[in-house]
Amino acid sequence: MRAAVIVFPGSNCDRDMAVALRAVGADVTMVWHKDADLPDGVDLVAVPGGFSFGDYLRCGAIAAQSAVTKALVRHVERGGYALGVCNGFQVLTEAQILPGALLMNAGLKYVCKTSPLRVETSESIFTQGYNAGSEIAIPIAHHEGNYTVDDDTLSRLKGDDRVAFRYLENPNGATDDIAGVLSENRRVLGMMPHPERAADPALGNADGAAFFRGIAEALVAA
Amino acid sequence: MQEPALTDDLITAHGLSPDEYASILDIIGREPTFTELGIFSAMWNEHCSYKSSKKWLRTLPTDGPQVICGPGENAGIVDIGDGQAVVFKMESHNHPSYIEPYQGAATGVGGILRDVFTMGARPVAAMNALSFGEPSHPKTKSLVSGVVAGVGGYGNCFGVPTVGGEVRFDPAYNGNCLVNAFAAGLVDADKIFYSAASGVGMPVVYLGAKTGRDGVGGATMASAEFDDTIEEKRPTVQVGDPFTEKRLMEATLELMETGAVISIQDMGAAGLTCSAVEMGDKGGLGIKLKLDDVPQREENMTAYEMMLSESQERMLMVLKPELEDAARAVFEKWDLDFAIVGKTIAEDRFLIEHQGRVMADLPLSKLSSTAPEYDRPWEPTPQADDLTDVPQIDPIDGLRALISDPSYASKEWVYEQYDTQVMADTVRTPGLGAGIIRVHGTDKSLAFTSDVTPRYVVANPVEGGKQAVAEAYRNLTATGATPLATTDNLNFGNPEKPSIMGQFVGAIQGIGEAVAALDMPIVSGNVSLYNETDGAAILPTPTIGAVGLISSADDMIGGVVRDGHAALVVGDTIGHLGRSALLSVVFNRDEGDAPAVDLDAEKRNGDFIRANAQWITACTDLSDGGLALAAFEMAEAAGVGIILDADDTPTLFGEDQARYLVACSLDKAEELMIAAAQAGVPITSVGRFTGDMVKMGTTSAPLAELSDLYRSSFAAAVV
Repeated sequence: MRAAVIVFPGSNCDRDMAVALRAVGADVTMVWHKDADLPDGVDLVAVPGGFSFGDYLRCGAIAAQSAVTKALVRHVERGGYALGVCNGFQVLTEAQILPGALLMNAGLKYVCKTSPLRVETSESIFTQGYNAGSEIAIPIAHHEGNYTVDDDTLSRLKGDDRVAFRYLENPNGATDDIAGVLSENRRVLGMMPHPERAADPALGNADGAAFFRGIAEALVAA
Repeated sequence: MQEPALTDDLITAHGLSPDEYASILDIIGREPTFTELGIFSAMWNEHCSYKSSKKWLRTLPTDGPQVICGPGENAGIVDIGDGQAVVFKMESHNHPSYIEPYQGAATGVGGILRDVFTMGARPVAAMNALSFGEPSHPKTKSLVSGVVAGVGGYGNCFGVPTVGGEVRFDPAYNGNCLVNAFAAGLVDADKIFYSAASGVGMPVVYLGAKTGRDGVGGATMASAEFDDTIEEKRPTVQVGDPFTEKRLMEATLELMETGAVISIQDMGAAGLTCSAVEMGDKGGLGIKLKLDDVPQREENMTAYEMMLSESQERMLMVLKPELEDAARAVFEKWDLDFAIVGKTIAEDRFLIEHQGRVMADLPLSKLSSTAPEYDRPWEPTPQADDLTDVPQIDPIDGLRALISDPSYASKEWVYEQYDTQVMADTVRTPGLGAGIIRVHGTDKSLAFTSDVTPRYVVANPVEGGKQAVAEAYRNLTATGATPLATTDNLNFGNPEKPSIMGQFVGAIQGIGEAVAALDMPIVSGNVSLYNETDGAAILPTPTIGAVGLISSADDMIGGVVRDGHAALVVGDTIGHLGRSALLSVVFNRDEGDAPAVDLDAEKRNGDFIRANAQWITACTDLSDGGLALAAFEMAEAAGVGIILDADDTPTLFGEDQARYLVACSLDKAEELMIAAAQAGVPITSVGRFTGDMVKMGTTSAPLAELSDLYRSSFAAAVV
């Protein structure tokens, strides 16, 4: 599997994402935001967490205009796989790769804690390592994680089984407890929780390990 | 632009005494210019010169085989084996945080992170020790929410996990809150960068954000008491930009890789002045600066303003000229300013030019070496009266009172606003003793703690100073770590008062004795004096930040007990209630002496815990609130009930030192008792972790109910 992790100025979970991908055997390239092209033959592009461009203007809004994001859009349009975590999810919505928007948390405060989630579908490379309906605990850390979509989009997401994760204890006011959503072709996932922070048993929580194993198993031949 | 003429008022406003001004005249043999006056005031204020504290700081043990770099550089450095080192320091941002809580706290975090990455280390952990006034004081709530948001706003964006800290409330902090920020970073021991310039004619390079007028006079402000003009001081508080700091760190570390850096210094207090003088002075060189080349974000800035600005996220570097292009390319990549603003010179001069004029021409070495040093009169703190009878109370009532008090309730409301897990190496998040992070890519871990009990220090500065170190030692030990070294952040009132100076002298004595006995030398630190408002001083608060090493994951002791496990206390219980949390919270009495600290017992009991780590499921030190509070916290964290056999107040709530609460399976408990007997370490079985009730003696309450109280009381009191 060949993976690329995008680095914006202000990204701060880029290394963590690369570590988690390398741990399942991925060949990972870090890609600078000024690069107009992704490396050849990349299977998966990961947009990491952090505060791209300081979260100034609006979270993910400036990053969505970067040269590399244009390359990401082309990658996705070609049917490539992409993952956006936390700020990466915000970038994917700002770039309109995924529907909806991430508003400020309902509690108006930054929240960092381990959050119980339900895996809603196993029908994606990201969630195939889990059984649908299984409950896992994954860290969250965000100020703008309140996922918001209009009613039509919501019913489409639900009808197409595109809600990947739901919060069991909604920490941010997200519509319908949504923690992560898939694109129409199920090849792009955006999620607020950080599976890369729960991928190593030495840290006391390995509920995210199956997430990366699932990706690796799906893309190992690719 | 014409500089103002120097008047007595202007000199006083710069915090310089008539004697100090007379010695300036003596040193330069003429009247200083306005810019020069500003430079002297920046270098000679208490914050930068340590003029009241230096004499006593020199007595602290700072050496040991583990120490790579002690006090005097941006941060201390300690060997952690395998060619790696940990770089750390704690620093106060008290005065600015009281004036402007969000920015004051944010830039406190920014400053300490810069101190760490200036030395070539990537920051990997942060802590914050916060002291506020009583919850009912009209300023407390806004200070708490502003400071916590500021700490989080900066650290979260920068991307360093906050793994520990303290939050306390006391009326003594009504007029002066304390914000003590700690940061630690990792560096390869052969890639450390220092501040001493070398080589004549080398370019002096300005890096990072542009210079504005924010923070002009900040260090002088931080060296004065507060009065009713405090609101006027808001413009002296700097404004932080963590996004720029993050880029500055990445660019600086990348720049260091190019080999272009001869020496480097961050611009903190007194900005350009302090950093340039420091680099020149340590290298035995002069510095010439041309201020026209300083990147500026405001128009018509004067030399005075540029030399005293405390704009954040800036660095000064001496560069290898042949590598200028490579260095510039790194900063252009990160969209940061890179400007050659001067050069090193052979003569002992600090020469400042602006718009074709010489604005300052001072003997550089004299600026720091001749800074005043005072042997302030001091009087020892009088021996505290003996504690008169304390009535027995229902243990559950006592526990309820403690966990309803925001100083002892869960701090979840605070640390959930901090990113505790970024970098994906956090092994233990805040809330349960010391925080732990793994050394990236290794099996080693580092434990971090920050401790002081100001109630003790005010009653008995010497024992209180010892206790702060001893508690830090125990918190590290309880994780299985071997304590390595210490940073001290000494917060006191006005040193010109002999009683306050006496607190300072006593605390230093206690800290010195303890760090020597426990082999955790002081490698960095900071002194914050004049924490007074209208003559009322804070409690003496010498915050001790300490770092310990856990050599392999096998040596780590967990924090989570299991149902059915035995509860044992290691160390002697006498039942000392003087200055205890219970006495203060339940009886509203600040009476008696601080508990005595037996450093031999601390060492012996700590070594015992480490040597027997394999038997222990969970361990915590006993401190505020004694056995009752520690046992409750341990039970609460695991969601398992606790039965304590004792029901008398001194046994349950006494705050005797050198003690740990240990949980282990029943058969391991026997092994541990045998080992303790052999080691001559006191150990007592005190009860069992089981069920869903908290039971002490004959009284009990459901764990779930107490847990709700414990987790909701902080927000209920101060939000």
